[in-house]
Amino acid sequence: MRNDPLIFEQGRPGRRAAAQAPGDFPVGAGIPDRFLRAGPARLPEVSELQVVRHYTRLSQKNFSIDTQFYPLGSCTMKYNPRGCNRLAMLPGFLDRHPWAPDSVSQGVMSCLHDLQEMLAEVTGMAGVSLTPMAGAQGEFAGVAMIRAYHLARGDEARNEILVPDAAHGTNPATAVMCGYKVREIPTDRDGDVDLEALKQALGPQTAGIMLTNPSTLGVFERRITEMAELVHKAGGLLYYDGANLNAILGKARPGDMGFDVIHMNLHKTFSTPHGGGGPGSGAIGVSKRLLPHMPVPVVAREGEAYRWLTERDLPQTIGRLSAFMGNTGVVLRAYVYARMLGREGMGRVADFATLNANYLMCRLRAEGFQVWFPQRRASHEFIISLKQEAKELGATAMDFAKRLLDYGYHAPTAYFPLLVPECLLIEPTETETREELDGFVEAMVCIRDEARRDPDYLKQAPYTLPVRRLDEVRAAKELDLKWLPGTPALKEQE
Amino acid sequence: MSNLPGDLKYAATHEWARLDDDGLVTVGITDHAQEALGDLVFVETPELDSQVQAGEGCAVVESVKAASDIYAPVAGVIVDSNSRLQDEPELVNSDPYGDGWIMRIRPEEEDDIERLMTADDYEQMLAEEDED
Repeated sequence: MRNDPLIFEQGRPGRRAAAQAPGDFPVGAGIPDRFLRAGPARLPEVSELQVVRHYTRLSQKNFSIDTQFYPLGSCTMKYNPRGCNRLAMLPGFLDRHPWAPDSVSQGVMSCLHDLQEMLAEVTGMAGVSLTPMAGAQGEFAGVAMIRAYHLARGDEARNEILVPDAAHGTNPATAVMCGYKVREIPTDRDGDVDLEALKQALGPQTAGIMLTNPSTLGVFERRITEMAELVHKAGGLLYYDGANLNAILGKARPGDMGFDVIHMNLHKTFSTPHGGGGPGSGAIGVSKRLLPHMPVPVVAREGEAYRWLTERDLPQTIGRLSAFMGNTGVVLRAYVYARMLGREGMGRVADFATLNANYLMCRLRAEGFQVWFPQRRASHEFIISLKQEAKELGATAMDFAKRLLDYGYHAPTAYFPLLVPECLLIEPTETETREELDGFVEAMVCIRDEARRDPDYLKQAPYTLPVRRLDEVRAAKELDLKWLPGTPALKEQE
Repeated sequence: MSNLPGDLKYAATHEWARLDDDGLVTVGITDHAQEALGDLVFVETPELDSQVQAGEGCAVVESVKAASDIYAPVAGVIVDSNSRLQDEPELVNSDPYGDGWIMRIRPEEEDDIERLMTADDYEQMLAEEDED
């Protein structure tokens, strides 16, 4: 497989590609001299054809939802309908300056407002802010609001956030970023939060609990209302990690379950671009008691007109998370998606996400793979453990994951959740066909046959990709993230 | 089966502990734990002089698969940590009971360590987990 040199390495001094500068923006207009470049920027000196070939080839190396099945658990790698992109790129949206006054921004503001309303409705929350620019920022906003709520009431002793051990790794990180101590709550044998342990852990120090429902074990937390009661009785608030919202969209609402705050990964559930840097969007929804603390700006409707709510309207806001209104372009894609689905369509998302996951789970179980919670119905994702294959054939979850790439499937999430040995967390999403799911099952069976014939064969996989098995230890220990002129070219892979 | 020295005590969270002649408790992770984690790429050793409760997370090991908390098996004060692990986290993989030790604790109570499991108990626990 060819190893393409970096675009910089392809350059030769003086080589140029012509481009027409935009006529309506005079170069350097109005920029003070001291901010202008003294010399040309250090850009790769390449021809137009080199640029076209380089980036086309890179795009062909991509594993993406546009080219392959991508069953990455807890990530909801669903198809992004082209219509969402097209409408979000209407010139009126694209060319609007973020400083444009409200009077000429009513169109975009009405879209944002309607999306706020739709998200509030489908999650059962009292209000929504679209400003967080990623899932992590949404989480941060959520816990920051919990903190603001307690402090505003003079309730300063609450310094602990409870996090089940099946939680996303970002949850404890968020709690710590917000100044809280983390206390872990174990999971019982059926995959539910251990209620007795929760009771033990609750107290006057409890600020709240962060929960994913359905959990990362791919099962619905059955005693959620009881948990909500317990936490509220102890004076804590409930945070809903919306990573798995796809499973319950239009079917059950976190607000009805008793949650006080939810973050939604619009890039998961609402089909905006995902992976490879996003950009993401982590809208948050809140219950009544957290409304005053929402991050600003938020769009309000007054009669027929829309206006931004700012710090003046919400003096107890946790503040701003971006210079303007989050990743507006991404939020607009989610708006179009939500409008295309409508109320009924949202329910169908959950229907088919769940159906696909359960179909795939049943087929893999029938082929002899170990489903981790055979007694439970899967939500939108499920876990298989390759413990037996690792023990008997020496083929680990990582070996299967790498070999799947050769078969044209993105690997499922591997070794997460941490509670399950040699696990793959598989989330097919609602946008895959039955044939695609069958193909995946066939690949898994073939890989197991390969392992039976020659256990060492899988250790070298992938064979057909531009990059073979990586030295993950070295990659983690010797981070090499930047390139400067004069850096030696990457060595050809062995 | 993984290697389980009989002279050590074991926690359910897969740490081992040994009461030394100087009255300090040396702590590391078990052979089983290092094998389950896979190749370590980073060890965050605990802060010296910090006070820890038994069962309190005070160090972190990170492998290519996962990051995992290390819990203090006994209550006390952290008096030493293995500085070699900064550059050589792989020592935990290659020699979990020797050069791969993680920290030393001055225990509040010397017999606190007796609450921990013997090698036989721990082996039994691993066997039960394996049946799940």
